[in-house]
This record gives sequence, structure tokens and C-alpha cells, in this order.
Amino acid sequence: MSDTLPFRPFAAGTQPPLDAPAYGSTHLRHPKRALRKLAQTVSETTGPHFTPALFPEINDLTKQASGEPLGERIIVAGQVTDEDGRPIPNTMIEVWQANAAGRYAHPRDMHDAPADPNFPGEGRIFTDTEGRYRFVTIKPGAYPWRNHHNAWRPIHIHFSLFGTGFAQRLITQMYFPGDPLLNLDPIYHAVSDAAARERLVSRFDLAITEPEWALGYRFDIVLRGRGATPFEDGGHH
Amino acid sequence: MPTATASQTIGPYWHLIEHKEWADLTRFGAEGERIEVTGRVTDGAGAPVADAAVEIWQASPLADERFPGYGRSATDGEGRFRFITLKPQPVAGHGNQTQAPHLSIVLLARGLMTALRTRLYFEGEALNETDPLLSSIEDPVERATLIARSTGPGVWTLDIRLQGEGETVFLEV
Ligand SMILES: [Fe+2]
Repeated sequence: MSDTLPFRPFAAGTQPPLDAPAYGSTHLRHPKRALRKLAQTVSETTGPHFTPALFPEINDLTKQASGEPLGERIIVAGQVTDEDGRPIPNTMIEVWQANAAGRYAHPRDMHDAPADPNFPGEGRIFTDTEGRYRFVTIKPGAYPWRNHHNAWRPIHIHFSLFGTGFAQRLITQMYFPGDPLLNLDPIYHAVSDAAARERLVSRFDLAITEPEWALGYRFDIVLRGRGATPFEDGGHH
Repeated sequence: MPTATASQTIGPYWHLIEHKEWADLTRFGAEGERIEVTGRVTDGAGAPVADAAVEIWQASPLADERFPGYGRSATDGEGRFRFITLKPQPVAGHGNQTQAPHLSIVLLARGLMTALRTRLYFEGEALNETDPLLSSIEDPVERATLIARSTGPGVWTLDIRLQGEGETVFLEV
């Protein structure tokens, strides 16, 4: 598959809208005019390439200070593929998250929960030749936000991916199975397609779990595929 | 086959992964025509968007180990972003078309459920007249939202308005 073919459009309902009324911060930040369709060019089909030499890996978020962070140690692992199931090797993943008490190491986080000097909360991982990644962290805590009365974000880890072309750029959040806050969260529910939404929830995985050490969660990520699907005729230009 | 993973907002605390030096694309020793690219991001009420991540990618000059082609700048309290990079050259478009020099922009922020995409072109480039995207935008006011003005030697300024009066042309790619 050529690395200059355009990426396919997203399937209907699988991506959230910019105007998501239940999420208050979208009110003044979504464009009112329809997006202008642009046939992808080299500016969209190519993208940055990162290497651990210039962007050093941080694959254990519990080892970024002199002491160990508080909380439940976990392992998160998965595979990054495109929509045709092709692995995306050697691609950079950025992650960031709150500490076990639900507080970010961020000056603007005013949540009345303890800071953890041993948990800066940043990770940077590269997929291997088969698109697989793995990192160690602590399970983040839920935290309140001011979107509506008694609003709490379900526990989550933020993910940032680049893929092989700038049109594949993805920012998302990984959730945890069984979290009762998921059904109350307007950010999670902004994705109308139930199957697409549920794929944002990681799965407990005994094969990733390490005995006497840490529970494992699996989170697979799919980036846009290149070229026409078998159902399309001639692409989407 | 599963469809692409859904986007979620970058939220207000993405600065945990911010590295200020990423806004300088010349930091690895790239040589060429150095430029500064700056501007303010404002919302539908005209208020600064002070927690955004503005990202650029440029297919020209070609990225190599001394020039990443990619940069990220946090907006400050006034909504201002600022990059140091190399001036792009024209790049190929579809068929025999040529695209005027431009940067691809991705905008991420609290309140944006998906990335907003736009482009930054440079005022005074002769190729702007025939650029496939610019020339497809009939309204000159809308077209101007993609064209940075020269505001000093090597300094280019383009404000980004998310909503309402003077709203930037955003792209679906
Ligand atoms: Fe968060």
C-alpha cells in the first residue's frame, strides 16, 4: 500500500460532532459554517516521523521521580492498526493522565485531591514492528468537572497518535471497564455509534496481567485506512 | 474490520505532554529561510482560547533528522501561539496542479471533540492566485482567513477564529 494514497472518510456516527450540546465547552468553540471538503494532498497524506533518539521513550510512568507514586499499578498494552488491519509499526504514542486521587500535575487543576510528587503523569511509547505497545502506570482516579451539576469524568487515560500521515492524527481517551460514570459522561456519549463508543473502553486482560505485580488492560487503536474500500468506487475525491 | 477509533477532546490538561521546544522546528539545526509564525485563537465570544494546542505540519522543506516538519505550540493567556520554522516552498497538488506554500494546521482544545484543521498560506505569494484550495473559496473574506500577513521581517501573523464573525475556514480532509 503506497504511503501517499489519501485516507478514507470516517464511517458515519463513529466520530463525535464538533457541536455536542451536552458538553458545554463546545458551545463557543465549534465552527458554525460547515467544514470545507479538501481533497487530500501531500500535506495530508504525509506526516511527521518520530524516533526514540530525539523523542525519548517514557514507558514506565511510575519511575519518573525518586519515589513510587501512590495507587494501583497497572499495565496497558495493545496494538495500533489501520482500518484494513495493517499494523502501524514504530509510531509514537503520547499518553497523559491524572494521579490515583484524580488530580493532574497541572497548575490549573484545582480539584481538592492530593497531588503526588512522584507522578508527573506523562508517557511516550513507540509501537514495535507489529504495531504493539505497552506501558506501566497507575490507575487514574475520577475527577469532578463543572460541565453540569455533580459532573464527574469517568477514569481515563488520554492518548495522542500520529500514524503515517497528518490526516490520521488522533487524540482520544481510553476508559476502564465497568466504570459507572461512563453512562453519565457527555464526552464519551458524544460518539453516537455504540460500537465505536464501546471500543474506547479498555478490557481487562489476564494475559497482560503479571502475577504478584499488576493488572493488565488491553486497548487497541485503529487509525484511518488508506485508499478506497472494497465498497467504494474510485475513492472519495 | 473495525472502523477508526473515535476522537475525544484533548481537554484542559494536555500540557502534561507539552515541551515548549517543539514550537521551534529549527532546534535540531535545520538551515534555510527562518520564519516566525504567530497568531491568536479566539472563540465565538471573541475571548482568547488560552488552553489550545496548535500543531503544524509542512511537506516542504522535506522533513529529515534536522527538520521535523512538525511543531506544537500551546496558546498563552491571550490565545497566542508562536512557531519558529522554515518557509515552505510550493508543493505538488493533484494532477499537474501546484499548491502555493502553506502549513497544515491542526487545532486541539477543551471543547473540541475532534481536531479542527485549517491551513496557513503566505500573503504576497504569486501562486496564491492559482492554489487549488484558495481559488476554490469564492468569498474573499473567507479566503483571507487562511492567508497570514507579513507583520515584520520574517514574521507572519494569522489569527484563528473558531466561531462567528470572521470565522476561519476549517477543512474536512
Ligand atoms: Fe482528563
